[in-house]
Amino acid sequence: MTSSSTKFAIVVFPGSNCEGDCHYVATELLGCRAEYVWHHDTDLKGCDVVILPGGFAYGDYLRAGALARFSPVMESVIRFAMDGGPVLGICNGFQVLLEAGLLPGAVRVNRGLRYICRDVYMRVENASTAFTRLYEPGEVVKMPIGHGEGNYTAPPEALTRLEHESGVVFRYCDAEGNVTDAANPNGATAGIAGIANREGNIVGLMPHPDRCAEGILGNAVGRRMFESAVASLAPA
Amino acid sequence: MTPGAITPDLVAEHNLSPEEYERILEILGREPNLVELGVFSAMWSEHCSYKSSRIHLKKLPTTGPAVIQGPGENAGIVDIGDGLAVAFKMESHNHPSYLEPYQGAATGVGGILRDIFTMGARPIASLDSLRFGALDAPRMRHLVDGVVRGIAGYGNCMGIPTVSGETTFHPAYDRNILVNVMNVGVVEKDRIFRGRAEGSGNPVIYVGSKTGRDGIHGATMASEEFAGDETRQKRPTVQVGDPFTEKLLMEACLELFRTDAVVGIQDMGAAGLTSSSFEMAGRAGTGLEIDLSKVPVREPGMTPYEILLSESQERMLLVARRDRLDAVLDVFRKWELAAVEIGRVTESGRVVLFFEGKIVADLPAAPLSDRAPLYDRPRVAPASIGSSGWERLPEPPDYGACLRAILGSPNVAEKSWIWTQYDHMVGTNTVERPGGDAAVLRIKGTPKGIAVKSDVNPFFVACDPYRGAAIAVAEAARSIAATGARPLAVTDCLNFGNPERPEIMGQFEAAVRGLADACRALSVPVVSGNVSFYNETDGRPILPTPTIGMVGLLNDVSRHVRLPFRREGDVVALLGEARDELGASEFLRTVHGRDEGPCPEVDLDAERRLVDLLVRLADERLLGSAHDVSDGGLAVALAESAMTGGLGAAVTLVAGVRPSALLFGETTGRVVVTFPAEHEHRISGAAAELGVPSARIGSVGGARLTISLDGRAVVDEDVAALRDLWRSAFARALESAEVL
Repeated sequence: MTSSSTKFAIVVFPGSNCEGDCHYVATELLGCRAEYVWHHDTDLKGCDVVILPGGFAYGDYLRAGALARFSPVMESVIRFAMDGGPVLGICNGFQVLLEAGLLPGAVRVNRGLRYICRDVYMRVENASTAFTRLYEPGEVVKMPIGHGEGNYTAPPEALTRLEHESGVVFRYCDAEGNVTDAANPNGATAGIAGIANREGNIVGLMPHPDRCAEGILGNAVGRRMFESAVASLAPA
Repeated sequence: MTPGAITPDLVAEHNLSPEEYERILEILGREPNLVELGVFSAMWSEHCSYKSSRIHLKKLPTTGPAVIQGPGENAGIVDIGDGLAVAFKMESHNHPSYLEPYQGAATGVGGILRDIFTMGARPIASLDSLRFGALDAPRMRHLVDGVVRGIAGYGNCMGIPTVSGETTFHPAYDRNILVNVMNVGVVEKDRIFRGRAEGSGNPVIYVGSKTGRDGIHGATMASEEFAGDETRQKRPTVQVGDPFTEKLLMEACLELFRTDAVVGIQDMGAAGLTSSSFEMAGRAGTGLEIDLSKVPVREPGMTPYEILLSESQERMLLVARRDRLDAVLDVFRKWELAAVEIGRVTESGRVVLFFEGKIVADLPAAPLSDRAPLYDRPRVAPASIGSSGWERLPEPPDYGACLRAILGSPNVAEKSWIWTQYDHMVGTNTVERPGGDAAVLRIKGTPKGIAVKSDVNPFFVACDPYRGAAIAVAEAARSIAATGARPLAVTDCLNFGNPERPEIMGQFEAAVRGLADACRALSVPVVSGNVSFYNETDGRPILPTPTIGMVGLLNDVSRHVRLPFRREGDVVALLGEARDELGASEFLRTVHGRDEGPCPEVDLDAERRLVDLLVRLADERLLGSAHDVSDGGLAVALAESAMTGGLGAAVTLVAGVRPSALLFGETTGRVVVTFPAEHEHRISGAAAELGVPSARIGSVGGARLTISLDGRAVVDEDVAALRDLWRSAFARALESAEVL
């Protein structure tokens, strides 16, 4: 499959606010096709990749992503993911994946109790998922975060499994790649910034690759997450 | 209602003077009923009618080749080419934010966003201009925290980045903080919508949240001073924001605007359904019939009076084409928002309001605004505040210590504590993030960008309202031009004390003249704005604070210039010249604890030439960095470019004026630029051609900022240490402030 024939589905909840940013990366920067899929719809329109974008899906007054998992579109997303389709959840989209049970664990309010918008560094822990295969293992990447609830945690067994099965995809670190408490913006357990399922087709992360995908914004490192998805669809 | 039921007390309770009431009787030819009195009270409040300011605001230049929509609509609109335009406006939400900081600030954001998207524009950036009291004043830390959280809570959820702002602290704001929020949106030039109720028979549709009892008479509240302990009793007039509903409302409206169904639309802001209905009919010269019993309400038993004057948030009044009513209702159904036809447009020129089958108000539309009171209030020329003798102060023994003290002061310290709480990147247009001279946003689908900035130095305005206001415009323009953008137009938010006091009115009149002269000199028309009077508590007014919001245009956003030093070895040059000025400076306040003038001079013609030069140098890609010299003076400007760039500089100055004024004076019309040595000839040539003084003062490099004066080292500081101090000072000051 080539860039021009790859088609992204970008799921839109009423309070999504990064759907346009993801659409822009897929179409304007990668030259792919992209469709918005409204939360009431169940048809993923034959798309090859599903993105759950950032935002506040249903206002998130209850808990980030808590209501979104009950929406009709999520049944289709779950089926697509179970069939091995690549699914990326960014920020609030990650929270929705957790609430929907597609990925283990949960996020809590940031340990500083404040929303944080700034650049962070992450180390690529797993460079073989559908969304990270164009990164080097151990590569340090800078990406922006923008969230109030990004403090990832999971039960001990789930954490052990994640670590053993290379489920941790990104870990907060300093500019040199050291995973330290000072480099952890939100208190996430073991500095976890992003995770994947065992098969590596479902990936969720708190930082925003969609906000660092072109030079004019000062950073294009996130673009490779989208390109990885296209590459992962190419016949071997 | 029986004749004589409107007593003088009732009139006074509605904040209407006996003369104003006489005018109502004259317009109606009869006594109003209570509902009608409420309508007049809201429409003729200072907040809605600008009755004390209109006569002066007329002096502002409001037209220009790029102006598509000047003042008088929900927002001003300026052409940026490529079939696109930007809509922008700034508004205050001062009183509510002092009473309940989170909701006050949040609903301030909500209100200005609605002003922008009702025009058909998609909001792309917010700016916040905040003034707080001394950090150790009662409730101040709570107010700072609440306001910042409120702006963040609303803007972040809406997905509109807050990209720039300014924050000042001074005891004059201890009991009357200022929360001014600006928003900028992008609109296709031929898809602009206005608040006009046109087309007899067309349906009037109410959309958005239900109407509750909150905020009744908010507009009137904003037009009174606070006295003593009123903050508690007035709490119910502060509205509660629901950004999720507003997000739905915005998306629904923008979707609807792509159809041909909408005739006119207006936000129900201050004075709610009253102002939106009367203004829409007034502008179009039509009438309306509205059945208030059809308005969706939150609780039973609401009276027509309450329904009309409620300021519940997230509501719009919309007039649609009769044959497209279903299309309108479909869009709102998709977004799960209430949309109800509550009336229709008529040719009567009257707004007739029904409730449960009976007429409850019947008023002519146009006279409510055309014949609103207009006051030329008595004023005295403002006393300018001069020096109290700072010229006789000895020079400080350690200039490095002065620099550190100023960098650590709440006014100058870096404010990332504030802007990291704002999503400033959503929308992926933010090319220059908070912390620069102005934020820069790219305009997707074009090579262009816009620079946005809010600015005013209230200490200058307090010393000399005319000059201080002119400097606010000049400084905003300089900051915009420092990014390489050409200043386009202005919105203003004029925060003053009680206009019924001649000294306040004198300040206001002088400030407006200063704005007008500066806007003319710099060719930046004022396209929208807001006046906030009565900013005083127990007779103690704020510093006069005419906040300027400015938008500039970059034809090629990739040519924008940044504030940080960029390359080792670049030449450092100063454009503009120092004068022996220290009045109203951060240096005097921080180092000497002195609040005195005079306000620096301003040369508007020189400012214009400086703007032209900066735009040209950026366009020719000659600059490595540029930074406007403002708060804290030249030494602080150099330090900021060094700290943000992670590069030192060695600077050599020749003292023509006293050393402290050279280092820390806030003389206007200056910008620090850096560039590779090979461009020096072209740059100095361009400066000479435009008549801008330019002087090479040093070079970028190393890890220290050193400044020598007539051969003597006066500053020698480690840049990383300065940066740690500057970055941590604000959070530390907040944490150490006493919590009350």
